[in-house]
Amino acid sequence: MAVVFQKTKGLLDNQTHYCPGCTHGIIHRLVAEVLEELDVLGDTIAVAPVGCSTLAYDYFNMDIHQAAHGRAPAVATGIKRVQPDKVVFTYQGDGDLASIGTAEIIHAAHRGEKITTIFVNNAIYGMTGGQMAPTTLIGQRATTAPLGRTVEHSGMPLKVSEMLATINGAAFVERVSVDSPANIRKAKKAIKEAFECQIARKGFSIVEVLSTCPTNWGLTPIDAIKWLQDNMIPYYPIGNLRRPEEV
Amino acid sequence: MAKILMKGNEAIGAAAIKAGCKYFFGYPITPQNEVPEYMSRELPKNGGVFLQAESEVAAINMVYGASGCGARVMTSSSSPGIALKQEGITYIAGAELPCVIVNIVRGGPGLGGIQPAQSDYNQVTRGGGNGDYKLLVLAPANLQEMVDLMQEAFDAADYYRNPVMLVGDGMIGQMMEPVEFREIKTKYTLSEKTWATTGTKGQRPHNIINSLFLDPAQLEEHNHKLQKKYDDMKANEVRYESVGVEDADIVLVAYGTTSRIVRNAIATLKEEGIKAGIIRPISLWPFPMAAFDAIPETCKAIVSVEMSMGQMIDDIKIASNGRWAVDFYGRSGGMIPTPDGIVAKVKEIMGGVK
Repeated sequence: MAVVFQKTKGLLDNQTHYCPGCTHGIIHRLVAEVLEELDVLGDTIAVAPVGCSTLAYDYFNMDIHQAAHGRAPAVATGIKRVQPDKVVFTYQGDGDLASIGTAEIIHAAHRGEKITTIFVNNAIYGMTGGQMAPTTLIGQRATTAPLGRTVEHSGMPLKVSEMLATINGAAFVERVSVDSPANIRKAKKAIKEAFECQIARKGFSIVEVLSTCPTNWGLTPIDAIKWLQDNMIPYYPIGNLRRPEEV
Repeated sequence: MAKILMKGNEAIGAAAIKAGCKYFFGYPITPQNEVPEYMSRELPKNGGVFLQAESEVAAINMVYGASGCGARVMTSSSSPGIALKQEGITYIAGAELPCVIVNIVRGGPGLGGIQPAQSDYNQVTRGGGNGDYKLLVLAPANLQEMVDLMQEAFDAADYYRNPVMLVGDGMIGQMMEPVEFREIKTKYTLSEKTWATTGTKGQRPHNIINSLFLDPAQLEEHNHKLQKKYDDMKANEVRYESVGVEDADIVLVAYGTTSRIVRNAIATLKEEGIKAGIIRPISLWPFPMAAFDAIPETCKAIVSVEMSMGQMIDDIKIASNGRWAVDFYGRSGGMIPTPDGIVAKVKEIMGGVK
C-alpha cells in the first residue's frame, strides 16, 4: 500500500507541553516538513527562545541551541558566522521578539544575517500567564491590562513585519496565519520560501505566523480561531511584504 | 621569536589569535577599543570572523552561539560593558560552554570614568550574573604575563567547558611593553567537542545547548556537577606569586599593575628597615587562600592595596581567618596609588599595631 502521508522526520516523538488548541504544534510541523523537503535536517541548527516554545529543543529533531529571552537572533548570528554553510533559524514568540528582543531582531535583519526567523505572534505572553505584549490588540484584556489595552496607556500594537520590511537586509518578510487549512498551506509555502532565501544567501528572512492562545485568551480552541480571524487578521494583514526578485 | 614593543590591547588580540581564537564579537567601549580594532584587522587574515555587535548583550550572545558550535571565540569589554554581558555569561556557564572574556577595567559605579581601576573585583569573582557559577579569573601584572596567560585561558576554557575571564586594568590595556610570543606547552588534555551543534548529518541524536532544567532535582544535580568542576579549579588553577612573606613584618596583597607599584613601595620600606612581603594573586578566582599559610604569626598586619574602595579585602579576610589584622589602602575613580602613599599607610599601621 502506498504511503500518502507520514509524520515528518524533523520532529521527535515526544509529547509536547502545548495547551489544547494552541497552534504551535502546527507551526512546528510546517517548519520540520519544510526542512525535510529541502533535505537539510542534518545541516540545520535551530535556536529556541524563552517563552512557550523554549522546550522546542525537545520536539525538533535537529541540533538546537536554547537562547536567553530575546537573544535568539544574536545566538543564531554566532552560529551562522561560524558555520556559514548550515541552515540556521530562530523560533520566537511575540514577547521574545517584539519586546525584549527588538534590538537583536532589527540588527540581525539590518546586517542581512543569513538566518530565518519564525515569529509566532499570538498577541500575548503565553508562558508567563497572559500578560500584555507589544502586539496585544487595543481593547484586548491581559493580566497586566485587566481593563483591556488602551492607546493612551500603551500605544498601538507593534507591527513587526511592516517595520522589518523597511530594512534593506531583510530579503524576505511575510505574514501568514494558521487559522484554516488554506492559510496553513500558504504558511508552509512562505516558510519554504524563507528557508530557500537563506540557502540562496539572499539575506535575512522572517515569517510572522498569527497564532492562537486559547488558554490566555480565555476562549475555546474554536472560538480562539474565530477571534484570530475577526480581530488579528484585520490589524495584522496577511501577505508578503518583501521578497527578493529572483527567489 | 624576538621581543616586540606592543600596546596592551593589541598584544591581547595578537595573543588570542596565536592561541587559536577564530571568532570575535564585541562592542566599542573605552579603554579596550584597540582589541576589537586589532581583531577586525587581523582575524580575517587568519581565517576568522570579526563582527561588531549592536550591543554588549548581543555580542556575548553571539559568543554563546559560536561557542555552541565548538569554535574558539572571545569578546572583550570594559566594566559597564561587562555588566551588560553578565546575562550571557551566566547562560554560557550554565550551558557549560568555553569562551574567553577580556575585561579592561575602568572606574565605576555607573558610567564612572575611563581611567584604570580594579573596582570590578566583586563583579568578576562573585559571578555577576544569576545562579551558582564561577569563572576562572586571571589577572596579569604585565603584558608578557597577559600574552602567556591567553593560551592557558583558551585551553582551560575548553578543558573545563567554562568561561575564562582575563582582567586587566586600563593601564594594562593602554601601556606599551616589550612582549615575546613564545610557545606555551598546554597542561590540559583536550577532547573532541562532540557536544557541539554542528548539524546531526542524520548520523547521531541531536545535540542540545541548554541551561534550562525545569525539574528541581535535575537542576540540583546540574549544580552539583558544576560545583565539582569549580572544586577541580580550586585544586588545580590557583596561581599567585609570593615574595618575602615568610619573615615579613607586614604583608601587602595586590594584583595587576597595582602589584608593581606595591613592589616599589616594598623596596623603599626595606631601606627604612621594614620587612614587607607581597602576595600577588594571579588567579582572582580561585583566590590563593593557601598562600596566606606561609605568613608568620608575628606578622603585624596584612594590607589589601587596590584601585577600588576595598573589594579583594573580603577574600583576604577569609584567607586570614582571623589570624592577622587586615587593613586596606586604596585609590579609586582612576586615581593611581603611589609608592609614597603605600609607604605612609604601612608606617601608620606599623606605628599603630605594636
